[in-house]
Amino acid sequence: MSENIYITETTIEGDEDGPLAGRTVAVKDNISTEGVRTTCGSAMLEEYVPPYDGTVIERLKAAGATIPGKTNMDEFGMGTTTETSAFGSTDNPAAPGHVPGGSSGGSAAAVAAGEADLALGTDTGGSVRCPAAFCGVVGIKPTYGLVSRYGLIAYANSLEQIGPLAPSVEEAAELLEVIAGPDERDGTTRDATDHGSDYEYAEAADGDVDGLEIGVPTELLDGADDRVVDQFWNAIDDLEARGASYHEVSLPSLEHAVEAYYVIAMSEASSNLARFDGVRYGTSGGYDGNWNEAFAAAREEGFGEEVKRRILLGTYALSAGYHDKYYKKAQDARAWIQQDFDEALSEADVLASPTMPVTPFELGESLDDPMKMYLADANTTPVNLANLPAISVPVGDDPGLPVGLQLVGPAFGEKRLIRAGSALA
Amino acid sequence: MAQVQERSDLAVVIGLEVHVQLETETKIFCGCSTEPAAEPNTRTCPVCLGLPGALPVLNEGAVEAAVKVGKAIDADIPETTEFHRKNYYYPDLPKNFQITQYDSPICQDGELECTVEGERRTIGIERAHLEEDPGSLAHQGGSIDTAEYTLVDYNRAGTPLMEIVTEPDFRGAAEVRAFLAKLEEVLEYLGVFDPERDGSLRIDANLSVVDADEIGADGEIDEAVLEGANRTEVKNISSHKGAEKALAYEAQRQKNAVERGREVEQETRHWDESRGITVSMRSKEEEKDYRYFREADIPPLQVSDWKEEIEIPELPDARRERFQSEYGLSEEAADKLTSTKQVADFYESVAEAFDPDLAATWVADELLGELNYRDMAITDIEERFDEVERLIELVDDEEITVKNARETVLRSMLDDGDDPDTIVDREGLGKTSGDEVQAAVEEAIEENPDAVEDYHSGEDGAINFLVGQVMQKTGGSADPGDVNGLLREALEE
Ligand SMILES: [Zn+2]
Repeated sequence: MSENIYITETTIEGDEDGPLAGRTVAVKDNISTEGVRTTCGSAMLEEYVPPYDGTVIERLKAAGATIPGKTNMDEFGMGTTTETSAFGSTDNPAAPGHVPGGSSGGSAAAVAAGEADLALGTDTGGSVRCPAAFCGVVGIKPTYGLVSRYGLIAYANSLEQIGPLAPSVEEAAELLEVIAGPDERDGTTRDATDHGSDYEYAEAADGDVDGLEIGVPTELLDGADDRVVDQFWNAIDDLEARGASYHEVSLPSLEHAVEAYYVIAMSEASSNLARFDGVRYGTSGGYDGNWNEAFAAAREEGFGEEVKRRILLGTYALSAGYHDKYYKKAQDARAWIQQDFDEALSEADVLASPTMPVTPFELGESLDDPMKMYLADANTTPVNLANLPAISVPVGDDPGLPVGLQLVGPAFGEKRLIRAGSALA
Repeated sequence: MAQVQERSDLAVVIGLEVHVQLETETKIFCGCSTEPAAEPNTRTCPVCLGLPGALPVLNEGAVEAAVKVGKAIDADIPETTEFHRKNYYYPDLPKNFQITQYDSPICQDGELECTVEGERRTIGIERAHLEEDPGSLAHQGGSIDTAEYTLVDYNRAGTPLMEIVTEPDFRGAAEVRAFLAKLEEVLEYLGVFDPERDGSLRIDANLSVVDADEIGADGEIDEAVLEGANRTEVKNISSHKGAEKALAYEAQRQKNAVERGREVEQETRHWDESRGITVSMRSKEEEKDYRYFREADIPPLQVSDWKEEIEIPELPDARRERFQSEYGLSEEAADKLTSTKQVADFYESVAEAFDPDLAATWVADELLGELNYRDMAITDIEERFDEVERLIELVDDEEITVKNARETVLRSMLDDGDDPDTIVDREGLGKTSGDEVQAAVEEAIEENPDAVEDYHSGEDGAINFLVGQVMQKTGGSADPGDVNGLLREALEE
């Protein structure tokens, strides 16, 4: 395979019957698989083999799916291009020579290349939606708490969800049906039926947008590439032609979303990644001398540059004297963003924007410029801060560089997003 | 510069942080058993080992225990309570952060009354919160600094702890001991604590010495004065007895320093139980920054309803008063009989089956006395309460004498582990029949003509000698009162 989609190719067989029997589901390599190494795209975990399956893996197996491999990703999910992986970059099957997006780049590429029927990614600030947009496939970021995170190796635990990637909205919905629902091993999961939904996602993929009211946050169009903006409006026109209507809305808080997102994500990461000290698993710093130095040696050797950058920044943001200035302020911004979304969604059924303000970077283009990479997350990160569901569907007919449209809905409004999204893909 | 002061001018101020292991079947965030295991790292799972991807799920049993403690210390229990991460690296900490509670603890502003030298004292409790215990380190071939290598055992990791932080309300080491004994008693009564368990109680104390004039008539001290005084934190105290010793030592050490015009250094000191001294930990610890932030994996917990639903048993003070009024016990007997919940429960069952007075004598004096003499606790014989009841029954039915019950049967029960009926049979202690006693009486009279003569010449003490002879012949199984009567009868003939 030329694209470098998988970190580990394997065959994990599921049960004989089930809704996914006969289908392959590629799994991002930060979801624990019993007996199959799970690296998070990091040298730190190059040889780490989990002794247990994550909840979504159990559910995939019970649904009859076959897992063909563990897909490449930005190291610990920290990246927008899959280029921070310790296992090399992945080429974009839909736009060769370009990045597949990230951090779930391998999963999106697996679907785009037909290497797997479906895939699981994880989305902390856009990591399912960005590669879906860049690879021209469908990706769903579920409401926080809809899918169990048990077994997902945490990057920023208050933000992330496991989500499906598929060629079509209906197939993504089928996969969501299998993985959604409460889990006693994840205390943050909630039952959608307590929040006005059921789990019949696939049947919602009927493309019926008649009467749908779409809000378009102007902040999410500012600064987007012209080509992206053109494709976006073409798609809105298409939906309008099928009976939907739209109005522009303003969510002033979104201006602060990227900053707030990075402060919170890095702060959580600095704590979540503290356990990688080389004692129980992962790259060892040796067992001689001072334990503090052995821990440092393991982390120096095992983590890549972007991971170290985020751990350091997160540690700083949580430190005494800076906590109020950064972490607390970011939490305030998060609350404000949630409020803005609530208001906007009281006037609209869904909110629409380009998924990414840019088209896929060329391979290697953004590696030396982290700020460029961070700013590309402007449209996706607010959704994670607000704990809301979102879907990215491919739009436009320019075969060169794919563009994705993002729809955001109210909490547990996945069916609404699937219905609207299925009008386009 | 500290001024040279007279000893009588100095007062001691102490505050405590008490770590209590809560008795729950499973750990605080996973399903692993909290029972101690002989093999290291066998009571573990992905969660308490901190494996990547594992998530904590709060054990409601630990919350229930904490709410019970909160009610018993009359604390405020908030609407909701949250968990935080305390971030620091240490080899016994699987995730390199500890899940604990920070600014919304489950209990706030409580208090506990205790008696010190006959005087009631109320100790304020600032807060009490839940947290997970780290694992344990076994340093091989030395201390943490000198060991050749160190092994880590995660069996203890994730055991539920409650950290109870008092106000600086103690004015002496004796008060600390009385408070801790009372706290242990209350926790045991609540059924949330096992004092026998290794490491179930761990105490850190802050101690400073201030000018006695600074302490008001009500025992209160100005916060600014306390802030200004250098204090030491004494660690590694594991019992209420140890606390009294450690803090008496540390108080004296600080007073001596002040009296000699030396400044007390603000530092952490380690209580060395075997040497009976506190030792400076030396390492100049800078103020640690734990970078607390909310643990998003555990949703905020609504505890207001729990407070209503959870009931706590009658606490020792209330029970002590009831024992006096209901069973007519003296304060001293009531004190002894409510010393632990088990003793009190046992007493009540014996009192109901027999007679409250007889039960008090046998449980408070005989049983506890003999246990104490042997350095045993009531828990050592909890499986044998029915045997103790049988012994009391034998006495109540007058099948054996009180003397034999006390001196032979009970002691043999505790020393040899036999049951009372076996001992009575083996030692032939069943009360001797009338004929045998009569025969012994006649023998005694025949063998001791001098005593008989003394008796007849009016020396009443001689009868006691003869009673003793008869008792000897019957192996102590006759009733001394009966023997006395029989002897007088025979001698008058
Ligand atoms: Zn466990």
